[in-house]
Amino acid sequence: MTQATPTHTAASVPLVDGVQGIVADWSSDQRAFKNVPWGKAMMWIFLLSDTFIFSSFLISYMTVRMSAVEPWPNASEVFALTLFGKSIPLILIAIMTFVLISSSGTMAMAVKFGYEKNRKMTFILLLLTAALGATFVGMQAFEWTKLIHEGVRPWGNPMGAAQFGSAFFMITGFHGTHVSIGVIFLIIVAIKVYRGDLDNERPGFLTGRKGNYEMVETMGLYWHFVDLVWVFIFAVFYLW
Amino acid sequence: MDYAAHDASTFAPPAEVGEMELYHAKTFIGKYIWSQDAKVIAIQYAITAIGIGLVALVLSWMMRLQLGFPDTFNFIDPSNYLQSVTLHGMIMVIYLLTALFLGGFGNYLIPLMVGARDMVFPYVNMVSYWVYLAAVLLLVASFFVPGGPTGAGWTLYPPQAILQGTPGATWGIILMLVSLALFIIGFTMGGLNYVVTVLQARTRGMTLMRMPLTIWGIFMATVLALLAFPALFVSAIMMLFDLLLGTSFFMPALVSMGQQGEHTGGNPILFQHLFWFFGHPEVYIVALPAFGIVSDLLSVHARKNIFGYRMMVWAIVAIGGLSFVVWAHHMYVSGMNPYFGFFFATTTLIIAIPTALKVYNWVLTLWHGNIHLTVPMLFAIGFIFAFIHGGLTGLFLGNVTVSVPLSDTMFVVAHFHMVMAVAPIMVVFGAIYHWYPKITGRMLDDAMGKFHFWATFLGTYAIYLPMHYLGFLGVPRRYFAVGGTDFIPESAQSLNAGITIAALIVGAVQMVFLYNLVWSYFKGKPSGGNPWNATTLEWQTPDTPPTHGNFGPTLPVVYRWAYDYSVPGADQDFIPQNVPAGEVARSGSKS
Ligand code: HEM
Ligand SMILES: [Cu+2]
Repeated sequence: MTQATPTHTAASVPLVDGVQGIVADWSSDQRAFKNVPWGKAMMWIFLLSDTFIFSSFLISYMTVRMSAVEPWPNASEVFALTLFGKSIPLILIAIMTFVLISSSGTMAMAVKFGYEKNRKMTFILLLLTAALGATFVGMQAFEWTKLIHEGVRPWGNPMGAAQFGSAFFMITGFHGTHVSIGVIFLIIVAIKVYRGDLDNERPGFLTGRKGNYEMVETMGLYWHFVDLVWVFIFAVFYLW
Repeated sequence: MDYAAHDASTFAPPAEVGEMELYHAKTFIGKYIWSQDAKVIAIQYAITAIGIGLVALVLSWMMRLQLGFPDTFNFIDPSNYLQSVTLHGMIMVIYLLTALFLGGFGNYLIPLMVGARDMVFPYVNMVSYWVYLAAVLLLVASFFVPGGPTGAGWTLYPPQAILQGTPGATWGIILMLVSLALFIIGFTMGGLNYVVTVLQARTRGMTLMRMPLTIWGIFMATVLALLAFPALFVSAIMMLFDLLLGTSFFMPALVSMGQQGEHTGGNPILFQHLFWFFGHPEVYIVALPAFGIVSDLLSVHARKNIFGYRMMVWAIVAIGGLSFVVWAHHMYVSGMNPYFGFFFATTTLIIAIPTALKVYNWVLTLWHGNIHLTVPMLFAIGFIFAFIHGGLTGLFLGNVTVSVPLSDTMFVVAHFHMVMAVAPIMVVFGAIYHWYPKITGRMLDDAMGKFHFWATFLGTYAIYLPMHYLGFLGVPRRYFAVGGTDFIPESAQSLNAGITIAALIVGAVQMVFLYNLVWSYFKGKPSGGNPWNATTLEWQTPDTPPTHGNFGPTLPVVYRWAYDYSVPGADQDFIPQNVPAGEVARSGSKS
């Protein structure tokens, strides 16, 4: 059952620009962020909270690294791959980063086509994004396997401080989990797009909420966030 | 002169509020068990929180019996003393107060007070409760595993938290950490709902600066929780890794019980930083809802507008922000860089400014008010006492030089009980007496309520005032027994016995309260929709208790702030928020 509320439409009064606009929005009734749907607002706030989780992880990593009593392994050697007889530092990580950043591009295009109600393109791009994400996770699995073969364990490694392996598995594992969850939801949203659920406002299976294309954008927010976090992990873990 | 909002709302474009699709369950299970109605979820949260809180109360009796009458009760040994301390602290702070204020009062009051039909995502809100319940059950399970629950203290400091020799060092601590992680996940689901509902789903005319302070307090506390719990979550994961995977995040190389441990090179102070980055805001997660609710109780029952509404709002926001930069005042004796102490002492004392401002405003709200000494009002005044008291001892502990000798003494225990146990619990009681009529349609019994108040208020003073003195003597906290210690006089023991008797009485009195809750549900005086003549929206609902959807066919429209009490010229001494300026009855004077 749906209960309507008498409302005014946002379009009826022009929006104010700049700081004044922010003040006006925040001191007005009903919504602090005009034209922002609930789901999107919730995703933003969730991501803020998640930022604190990743920050705690990364700051903890930096702290244990600085207070470790044994030398820290040299990342560019540990993460080198031997290709065509030459050892290239960080090559796998570079490819992984490239794949993940590209997936942000395809995601952004999916959002654009979503708002244009172009079902086919949205569907294809969402699936492409999911495929790139899955590739990333796959390469990460490869990297883990390689390190484990070389004797790196959460509790110790032959190259130096034990915390190296601990922080590596914990942080990339937590990030990889985020990517994997993202891939699953990308596929779910893609199916919804394909079936036309978003055009027909078909209620979701669990939540009963009507489908709409804002969902694609909300999904995108999460995906871009996961990419952004990777950039930080890349910077402080692999480049430091 | 009219009472339009004193803000820019008139210049802002009115927003479009989406339709809220409510799922109206048909079956009993859908309505009351797997319910998506925030009000039912609120009651589920409240009952679970109070239930587990009773366990914490019983644990406090165990500790008090031991401290008051050492060598008397052979069912208390040093291990289960420490386990009681730990679980008592953890349950009280997190599983009772946080869950009750945010999950309980937050769920019940936010949609009603901002004029929404429900939380923005009722399904997620429902899952939040069930995850919380799972966290509670895991915690309870830790009483039954080999070794029992953890005895590491509610701060769970490593290395000792996971070393053999600490009670519950394997199963107890694992369950504790997993339960905390689950609690945080469940809370996040609810918390996102509370924040988005306040920001994006208010009714027409409800500007942020017209929201009752209750909502401001709960809102800001939720924001703090969403930003502070991550640090606890991460430290729980890292400690689990240290324990289960043999990593050394927090564990230095050490020799324990004659054996060289397997860990190497970890950083135990890191845990303390993470813990207190969560732990200090946690104090305000419990305090801010109390601040907000007590402001409304004082205003309603003194028939006067709250003094300095805007100041109160900004003080809540400022306290919330500052609470993230004071955490290391809990670590003065941890061995961190002493210059940190200077910084954190300064920020700590700065927080005293907005806090003191709130206290002045509460007192000024009472000044010249038409004070009704109802039970909620009594508890609200009790809160002011306890809070001023705990706030003042906080000034002692905020200063490094004074704090260091008092560290880990009973003075600390007395301080934090005053400020974050007694004070918020007073508000919890006041709030229950205040909103019970809306929740059930019946008043709580007044005589039992007054007895409950006086016994609890005087009783807690009998417990905690002498405890400060014990602290000055140097009686340490978390000690099973002090034995024959030179600097502690014999007489300290008689004081301890007295405290224990007071604690047992206070505990017993809570049973009267529980009885009152049940008795009044069936036999209480019918309350009508607005027994306190209050202005806020929850009292203006067409049905009491409010039905699913809260407000009948149309949502209320808000025309004024929440504090129009005793407005000069108006016939009634309150004007509800949804009464337009033109419809206020004014027979005496024409204006
Ligand atoms: C009748 C009520 C209460 C009594 C008699 C009581 C008593 C005690 C006692 C005896 C201790 C341990 C002292 C020690 O040996 O260190 C303690 C610790 C503690 N209590 Fe309470 N308490 C009560 C209510 C509360 C409430 C409502 C809270 C909620 C914030 C609370 C929070 C704590 C905390 C955080 C600790 C510290 C635990 C630790 O040291 O790890 N208590 N309490
Ligand atoms: Cu603190």
